Amino acid sequence: MSLKRKILELQKKREKVLQGGGEKAIEKQVAMGKMTARERIITLLDENSFHEYDMFVEHEARDFGMATKVLHGDGVIIGTGTIYGAPICIYAQDFTVAGGSLGLMHARKITKIMDHAMKLRVPLIGINDSGGARIQEGVNSLAGYGEIFYRNTIASGVIPQISVILGPCAGGAVYSPALTDFVFVVDKISKMFITGPEVIKTVLGEEISMEDLGGARVHSEITGNAHFYAESEIECFDQVKKLITYIPWNNSKKAYSFEAKEPKIDQYKIDEIIPGNPKDPYDVRDVVRAVTDDSDFFEIQELWAANIVIGFGRMNGQTVGFVCNQPLVLAGVLDIDSSDKAARFIRYCDAFNIPIITLVDLPGYLPGADQEHAGVIRHGAKILYAYSEASVPKITVILRKAYGGGYIAMNSRHLNADFVFALPGAEIAVMGPEGAANIIFRKEIMSAEDPEKMRKQKVKEYKEKFANPYVAAAKGYVDSVIEPEETRKLLLHAIEVSKNKVDTKPDKKHGIPPF
Amino acid sequence: MATKPKTSTKASVSKKEEESKVRFNTLVVNDDKYRTFLTEKYKNRKKWEKPDLKKILSQISGTVIKVYVEEGQKVKEGDLMMVLEAMKMKNKIYFPIDGTVKKIHVSENEKIPREHLMIELK
Repeated sequence: MSLKRKILELQKKREKVLQGGGEKAIEKQVAMGKMTARERIITLLDENSFHEYDMFVEHEARDFGMATKVLHGDGVIIGTGTIYGAPICIYAQDFTVAGGSLGLMHARKITKIMDHAMKLRVPLIGINDSGGARIQEGVNSLAGYGEIFYRNTIASGVIPQISVILGPCAGGAVYSPALTDFVFVVDKISKMFITGPEVIKTVLGEEISMEDLGGARVHSEITGNAHFYAESEIECFDQVKKLITYIPWNNSKKAYSFEAKEPKIDQYKIDEIIPGNPKDPYDVRDVVRAVTDDSDFFEIQELWAANIVIGFGRMNGQTVGFVCNQPLVLAGVLDIDSSDKAARFIRYCDAFNIPIITLVDLPGYLPGADQEHAGVIRHGAKILYAYSEASVPKITVILRKAYGGGYIAMNSRHLNADFVFALPGAEIAVMGPEGAANIIFRKEIMSAEDPEKMRKQKVKEYKEKFANPYVAAAKGYVDSVIEPEETRKLLLHAIEVSKNKVDTKPDKKHGIPPF
Repeated sequence: MATKPKTSTKASVSKKEEESKVRFNTLVVNDDKYRTFLTEKYKNRKKWEKPDLKKILSQISGTVIKVYVEEGQKVKEGDLMMVLEAMKMKNKIYFPIDGTVKKIHVSENEKIPREHLMIELK
């Protein structure tokens, strides 16, 4: 055979594999409103940057009539490419080939590209669209999952790991996304659960649809398993690409540096955004926009635990992580979900050298038996642990109220914050004026001729004495009381001088965080 | 489920013209009343109730196979109450306290959900 014919043969072989599961299966995929695995990769990555490996891998299953079945690429595509020039390792499960089911060779391809990503120290993106374990392959299929989970865990905090759920991802398979840094879901397409609707119906007699059990909305709003929600696959890929611009390739690098831009200060003025009355709400994201470059803010987990806001912005061209109480939702209290949300994000920023800015305005922890019984103590502890342990620059601005345990938890000086600034309207106290006055002046109020009048007077007294930043500033717990207009300038300066921050902790294998 | 949450904070509420249209809820923390939005999850939270030991609830959903007691019967802690089939297992359910059976709320072969009132004691 001449080389020319051999080349022709290669081209034919390639063409066959590129057909995936064949026309019919592709038609089905399209009918479900989904792109094919290859289309997805090509849409997500820079043009012509994708190179595929292990195209000719074949499965080894011999039982249950599998021996004669041809599964192109064994139902998964792996390769390398770039996003805005950044190198990426990627895999995409191909639902058109045996429902994207995971067998031994399918898993081997995934673990191979994961190992690549770790050696090359570049981000890993996994596109999940799979019916689950390939039952015909038995324990080999389970082994495959386990080997993926192990690699997800070892790679955690070394390279960014991104999971894009574009189809079913059920049973044990959900634990790979759960172990990665960011999970993207798309309305009506993503479905994640441990046990599906059918099992729930048979065992428990409860009827629930796939969408209501583990659809995109559920994971974005209720469970907190997803970080980004999109209406379409295209929107989802835009979100992935945007995220890539904020994060470094690996934990020894810094994120891209962009050209510094001034915020849109005519649109966002801190003194106009924050109402004087600490009981009145406002959108803390407007305060973020008042200090970030170009007033840009890339929010994460927008729909879940909205009483805390997390996300990335840029200061002087550099990525910064924001953690902010949101007075607009549940008055910005800390509770189980918001503690989990913030703690994980703080750890992400710390692992990938991203300075953290904390904007504080909260009345404390959310009261309620449901919170106590669901473990707000151990969940709330996560945020303290994450802040205390983080060694990246940690800067706090107390915007308004900072009461009680909430004040301590929100990157206070006492948890080793580098800089703590407070606006003149800040109130740093054990609790709000009403509650404090009711306790401190209980006797006076009870024994007064007009208790309500006395109460009001005492509340006023307390406010005058404690509802300000100067008591804390007098002890050095607040470094500087600043004018709202100065906020960005001081934040920029704090980040600038913290560039070479050294924060050595005692040697240990690892701590025992309140998981 | 598929509707946008009411607490969606996409609209910037700080804009004054919008503020007049928005109706905030109240959240009380340590006697101070805050104007804010409540989440669906918060509104739907389960309020705590003191458990009534005389009301015996199912701990798992399943099918009642056999009830071993009658109304008016005196029972002791540890007496066999019923067999409830769940998760493909025939589970024996015993009385948690002494008492007299006031009312039986289930019948044999009935499918019951979790936390369903099965038997009341007096």
